[in-house]
Amino acid sequence: MLTIENLHANVGDKEILRGINLQVNPGEVHAIMGPNGSGKSTMSNVLVGHPGYTVTEGKVTFLGRDLLSLPAENRSHMGMFLSFQYPVEIPGVSMTNFMRTAINEKRKFLGQEPLSPSDFLKMVKAKRDLVKLDAKFMNRAVNEGFSGGEKKRNEIFQMAMLEQKLSILDETDSGLDIDALRIVAEGVNKLKTPETSVIVITHYQRLLDYIKPDIVHVLYHGRIIKTAGPELALELEERGYDWLIKEYEDSEK
Amino acid sequence: MSEDKDNERVRLISEEKYKYGFTTDVHTDVIERGLTEDTVRLISSKKNEPEWMLEFRLKAYRHWLTMPMPDWAHLDIPEIDFQSISYYADPTAGQTKEGPKSLEEIDPQVMKTFDKLGIPLEERLALSGGVAVDAVMDSVSVKTTFKKTLAEKGIIFCSIGEAVQNHPELVREYLGSVVNYRDNFYAALNSAVFSDGSFVYIPKGVRCPMELSTYFRINAKGTGQFERTLIVADDDSYVSYLEGCTAPMRDENQLHAAIVEIVVLDRAEVKYSTVQNWYPGDENGKGGVYNFVTKRGHLRGVNSKLSWTQVETGSAITWKYPSCILSGDGSQGEFYSVALTNNYQQADTGTKMIHLGKNTKSTIISKGISAGHSQNSYRGLVRVSEKADGARNYSQCDSLLLGDKCGAHTFPYMDIHNDTAVVEHEATTSKISEDQLFYCNQRGIPVEEAIGLIVNGYAKEVLNKLPMEFAVEAQRLLSVSLENTVG
Repeated sequence: MLTIENLHANVGDKEILRGINLQVNPGEVHAIMGPNGSGKSTMSNVLVGHPGYTVTEGKVTFLGRDLLSLPAENRSHMGMFLSFQYPVEIPGVSMTNFMRTAINEKRKFLGQEPLSPSDFLKMVKAKRDLVKLDAKFMNRAVNEGFSGGEKKRNEIFQMAMLEQKLSILDETDSGLDIDALRIVAEGVNKLKTPETSVIVITHYQRLLDYIKPDIVHVLYHGRIIKTAGPELALELEERGYDWLIKEYEDSEK
Repeated sequence: MSEDKDNERVRLISEEKYKYGFTTDVHTDVIERGLTEDTVRLISSKKNEPEWMLEFRLKAYRHWLTMPMPDWAHLDIPEIDFQSISYYADPTAGQTKEGPKSLEEIDPQVMKTFDKLGIPLEERLALSGGVAVDAVMDSVSVKTTFKKTLAEKGIIFCSIGEAVQNHPELVREYLGSVVNYRDNFYAALNSAVFSDGSFVYIPKGVRCPMELSTYFRINAKGTGQFERTLIVADDDSYVSYLEGCTAPMRDENQLHAAIVEIVVLDRAEVKYSTVQNWYPGDENGKGGVYNFVTKRGHLRGVNSKLSWTQVETGSAITWKYPSCILSGDGSQGEFYSVALTNNYQQADTGTKMIHLGKNTKSTIISKGISAGHSQNSYRGLVRVSEKADGARNYSQCDSLLLGDKCGAHTFPYMDIHNDTAVVEHEATTSKISEDQLFYCNQRGIPVEEAIGLIVNGYAKEVLNKLPMEFAVEAQRLLSVSLENTVG
């Protein structure tokens, strides 16, 4: 699904990613953990093509295509999704209008006819139920006046509507109470198929209790310094990152 | 993210595709350039006007000579040589002047022009829901549709030139009664040289069964257009009126100086909507129409209502303040505006709400959108006179900036002479953020579509006030006007 090789990226003149290597296969759930400032959000932003980051070296292949040569919207059309840590508000633009535009742009890219209004409504109904959003929410402006929980559920709703193949959840657990967290996680789990993959970016074990990773990576100072099974997340919860960082720094010397 | 990159991505340049920029090759009788008393007499005689009409024009002309061009607006207006303009251009010259014009008599080129503009002159092709059209090219109305259907209800809908001939008593009573020729420089000029615009009279108790509209087209080179429109809504009547306008792409600046007067009597309601899309000039600010317009409604009747809705995307320079004089007790005035400027366009637009009657109410919603190197100003006056007990006003003026080379300005004036007045004013300025654009991109929506979506969302409150068919057109126009604005 996704292969990242020796990825380096800057913000301005500052190098944030310093050689990331990662392989995500269909059906896998990867967790990326790490202390603040380790480059987790940068990595997700670079993958989805945020213009604020410059890739200086490396290669990323997504579904057999050179990802880095594609503009952000085409990456989305191909099936890449980012659940934003801070979803933005777009005043005056209804969820219906926004979602229909997004879906039809994707269909245009895939050479398909626009979705008929009745099919669209059916789809909305089905996907809404996944994350327990009520009918009125489609008439509201995108994220405007949404609570923290609603915003995150809306992200998962959009992921479902677009039927994306690889979803990156960037700190989706931040600012969520336990009930909202459960709804979001259940939504993600229900969407999971043997053909889709998820990258969960998180500080804490908490979310991983609900979305079970197959593989856990620790990112530090722009590099993946440790990769292991789900037991690693539990160990980090218990012992923190310092021991790992020390181990890594010692090996670098 | 660096500010530079942000600006680069929302950089607004490049020429939008102005799809109305074509010229029609039709034999047009254009009078000699220049403006003297003889010009005024010539126009009046071409229109075969009665003596009182000529007198009206001459008085205005003589007064105009004494007036300086206004310079108080936040506009940089180049010197205009009023002697280098031709004040009358007739694309129907040579055709019969008498009686109602049948379609066969209209030059096929002219027919084709309006077809191309999406304005059908054949009644059977009218937009769904029924829209009657008065089609004006340069100085002359070439066709007014559904006149007969409307006449059955006693509604008069014709060109102002025709009204002077056929309904002189109404024209004499109301022309100049809302906008006096002394009102301002361009009002005086218009009063001296005006040519066709529309005349509407809705009799007592009649609800106009269809939308009425006027489509203004400038075609001839070197000319100015001086439209004059007069709408009278008698007691308990209702009408919704729309105007649209376009012009060819030219290097020269063409002047459009119009007057629209509306009289609203007891309990009558008028909705007046404009989609203004005059040629805005090219991406370097060359060419484009100067749109200097005086629009005003007098709400004379008790509980009368007038609503102005405008979507302004065209013109190199716009100077326009559709206003309401709220004389009738309980009368209500509304102003809903979206003004978009791109490249080197300049707009200074807004409204005046003059509260004279008791319990009068006004609402102002203004949405400015500035892109490129443009300057966009809202200018509004809310005046509550001593006797206007219980007056209420709500004003909301929002500005949206795209890029950092454009300007948005707000000049709200309040002049309150009655302690019972409740006046509210809200203003916001915002930018389309990189985060909003990227959020859309991540969902598969490219930058240009995202800007269109965001701008239309921002303007929605105003667009919702337009009749359906026009709301769709206006949305499209807002998106197109910002095309290629991103680097």
